[in-house]
Amino acid sequence: MSVLLAVQGLTKSFGGVRALDGCSFEVAEGSVTALIGPNGSGKTTAFNVITGYQPADAGSLAFRGRPVRRPDPCRLQRLGLSRTFQQARVFPGLTAAENVILGRNEPWHALLRRRVAGPDRRRAEALLGEFGLAAHADTAAGRLSYGQRKLLELASVLMAEPALVLLDEPAAGINPVMVKTIEDHIRRMHARGVTFLVVEHEMKFVMRLCDPVIVLDRGRPIACDAPRKVQNDPRVLDAYLGD
Amino acid sequence: MHLFVQAVIVGILFGGVYALIASGQAMIFGVTRTINFAQAILAILCSFLSFTLFTDFGIDPFLSILILIPAMFALGYAIYVLLLRQLSRWSAELGLLVLYGLGIGIQGVLDFVYGTSTRLITPSYANNSWTVAGFQIPEVRFFAFVLAVAVLAALQVIRQRTRLGRALRATTQNPVAARLLGVDVEQVSAIGMGLGVAAAGAAGPLFGMILSFNGNTQYDLLSKLLSIAVLGGMLSMPGTIVAAVILGVVESVVAAMISPDWSSFSFLVVLFAVLIVRPQGLFGRQLRGAL
Amino acid sequence: MLPLIASQHWQVNLLVFTVMYAGLAAAWNLLGGYAGYPALGHTAFFGVGAYAMAIGTIHLGVGAGYRPFLLIAPIAVGTAVVVLPIARLLLRTRAAAFAVLTITLLFMVQTLAYNIRSLTGGSSGLIVPIAPFPVATFERPFYYAMAALLALTLAVCWVVRTSKLGLALNAVRDDEDRARGLGVQTELVKLVAFAVSAGLFAAFGAVWAYYVGFLYPGFAIDPLLALGAVLMAFLGGRRALWGPVVGAALIGPAQQYFAYRFGASQLYLLAYAALFLLVIYLLPEGIVPTLARRLGRLRPGSGPGKAVRDQVATGSIFSAGDLG
Repeated sequence: MSVLLAVQGLTKSFGGVRALDGCSFEVAEGSVTALIGPNGSGKTTAFNVITGYQPADAGSLAFRGRPVRRPDPCRLQRLGLSRTFQQARVFPGLTAAENVILGRNEPWHALLRRRVAGPDRRRAEALLGEFGLAAHADTAAGRLSYGQRKLLELASVLMAEPALVLLDEPAAGINPVMVKTIEDHIRRMHARGVTFLVVEHEMKFVMRLCDPVIVLDRGRPIACDAPRKVQNDPRVLDAYLGD
Repeated sequence: MHLFVQAVIVGILFGGVYALIASGQAMIFGVTRTINFAQAILAILCSFLSFTLFTDFGIDPFLSILILIPAMFALGYAIYVLLLRQLSRWSAELGLLVLYGLGIGIQGVLDFVYGTSTRLITPSYANNSWTVAGFQIPEVRFFAFVLAVAVLAALQVIRQRTRLGRALRATTQNPVAARLLGVDVEQVSAIGMGLGVAAAGAAGPLFGMILSFNGNTQYDLLSKLLSIAVLGGMLSMPGTIVAAVILGVVESVVAAMISPDWSSFSFLVVLFAVLIVRPQGLFGRQLRGAL
Repeated sequence: MLPLIASQHWQVNLLVFTVMYAGLAAAWNLLGGYAGYPALGHTAFFGVGAYAMAIGTIHLGVGAGYRPFLLIAPIAVGTAVVVLPIARLLLRTRAAAFAVLTITLLFMVQTLAYNIRSLTGGSSGLIVPIAPFPVATFERPFYYAMAALLALTLAVCWVVRTSKLGLALNAVRDDEDRARGLGVQTELVKLVAFAVSAGLFAAFGAVWAYYVGFLYPGFAIDPLLALGAVLMAFLGGRRALWGPVVGAALIGPAQQYFAYRFGASQLYLLAYAALFLLVIYLLPEGIVPTLARRLGRLRPGSGPGKAVRDQVATGSIFSAGDLG
């Protein structure tokens, strides 16, 4: 399987704290790879650096075999790399349909077209339907429940048919039923060829869904293996329980 | 060359006054996350008050600071409690407009009471200066600088060495965490604002002895303060002070060597130039994305 | 149109100004409301337009009649184009820093107006040759010009709201970083909003200069002008098409009244400030959206539609994130 994303030697410090310390790993195309680790191990920082929301102090990144210098969220999105956020960010003042429509990349002259044209509307409704949100197409996203917003955020990201999606704690803050729903959606999208890199604390979720599992500790990976093996790896147990 | 160095010296001295006012503004930003658009007019308010205290009561401007600091602390505290605190119900950012409006209101009162002609506080020693190594050091500017540094140092001591200071810094960095640690964030914010306005109050008389002022001067001063804030990074004290001194120097050098008309403008140009390279200013943290 | 109702000079004069403010408020709203970028220094462009018109009219000579009106379009477009590189710089900042920089720009332009005396007459200003319109209906051509500009501005606002451009601007307002991450062309849309609003401000400034007949820097580049426009947009509602117009209709006459009543005694500023604060505290969302919500009716032509009235009022004008 080819490597979709390769990060090499990522280093990032905040003041005196080394969030990432020579972090290197790969994400294989077509996988649902997990990135786990105890608090402070650098998972979200890794996401921020990879997607260009924060600059790294050192290191390099290659996507689809090509190096990406000075990663920038917009450029990466156009290359096929998107992310979701821990707090389920949507555009609260816009409707669900509008939120999803924004996900679609358009050339500049498309800006003059109607805000929500016929084909856009149909596409949006189709996608929202897949996520069970069709009924809320015209509701302001700010009025949706947290779980619905998480689904909406995922749907918007998928609108552009990305190659790789970085999911930042998709199971956080929602009830178990919703967790299962999200898991199903991820599987569904995965079956369609989307690769996922998932940061998550919910271990059962990770073990059910992801393979391989990369474990970070203090800014660098200490294990990368199938979920069962990682679960029993003494280094991993040490990282979580030790100190 | 001599003119240049002379201008630099004078610029550094006045830069201290800017640094004082700007530091107050930075402190207010720290606790309210709002740029105090009224900071300039509050300083000028104190210039006027000091003027009155001097011309009607004979109180030396440097001494008037002792009166003005507590008074302005109370005013800053009141502004926070009355105006800003409840805005967090809607959004703290509206505070910016509120403070702008407040500033205009204060100017209205000042224009009404004092009229629009410019004033200058002129104590007996106003024109004295020493000559050191062939350079002139105006007495008033020198002592203004000393006093500004003293007040700044006092503020630093408060921030670094006292419990209040710790609480202030915690609130600035992370109000939620501070609250969890038992800090009364509202109270501390109000105090922070009080201190910030008090700094402006201390600088007012100093300013008023050096530059002639009226209500409208606030716009010029405000644009400088804002430039300092953006240039120095709005939360960085050292950044603010350095930016303020740079402002003072650039302004002074341009005034002396090109023309006073262009001194404010030149600093604005510097500001723009810096922002081309670093949008976050000289000392600001890089513009965040996700978090 | 309305001059048929209002026949007295002071009435038409009031209309001229109110219509102008409505246009300014609506133009400001493109950047400040739809995109959430608090531009407090747009008066700079008003001033540029005013001076450009004054200089142009002086060149055309006395008795130019209607010809100066032809200058409006090139002045507006010219300003918009010249603004582009400046806007690119300014738009790299957000929220408070952005507001600060726009004010800085205002002062820079004002300083230029004071200093480049050969062009602008410095602090003594410029006198524009009086238009040779009959005294009895002197204000009318200007009223029509302003009304036409207002109609143009509202048309532009409508086009923006109902197009993807408006959608993108709203996304920038709600969460710019995320918009970037989704591939929205944030740089481009912000630039367009900035340039268009600047051009419109210049257009209004041009008409104003010809109407008023004289300019000096403090008068043509008055910080209170942009503030007034902001206030009107806030009061009327930044999310609604007619919001700024409603705001101007209410505050415009009030502003003229204050100037008339208190102008001489400087309390004008105080009254103005009080009004400003009242609006912010009592009606953070603005009149039109609040009314729309209360009445539960859909407003025709408003872009977000239901979302407007469903929106929980956060009143946030600035995007998230600080700058320290």
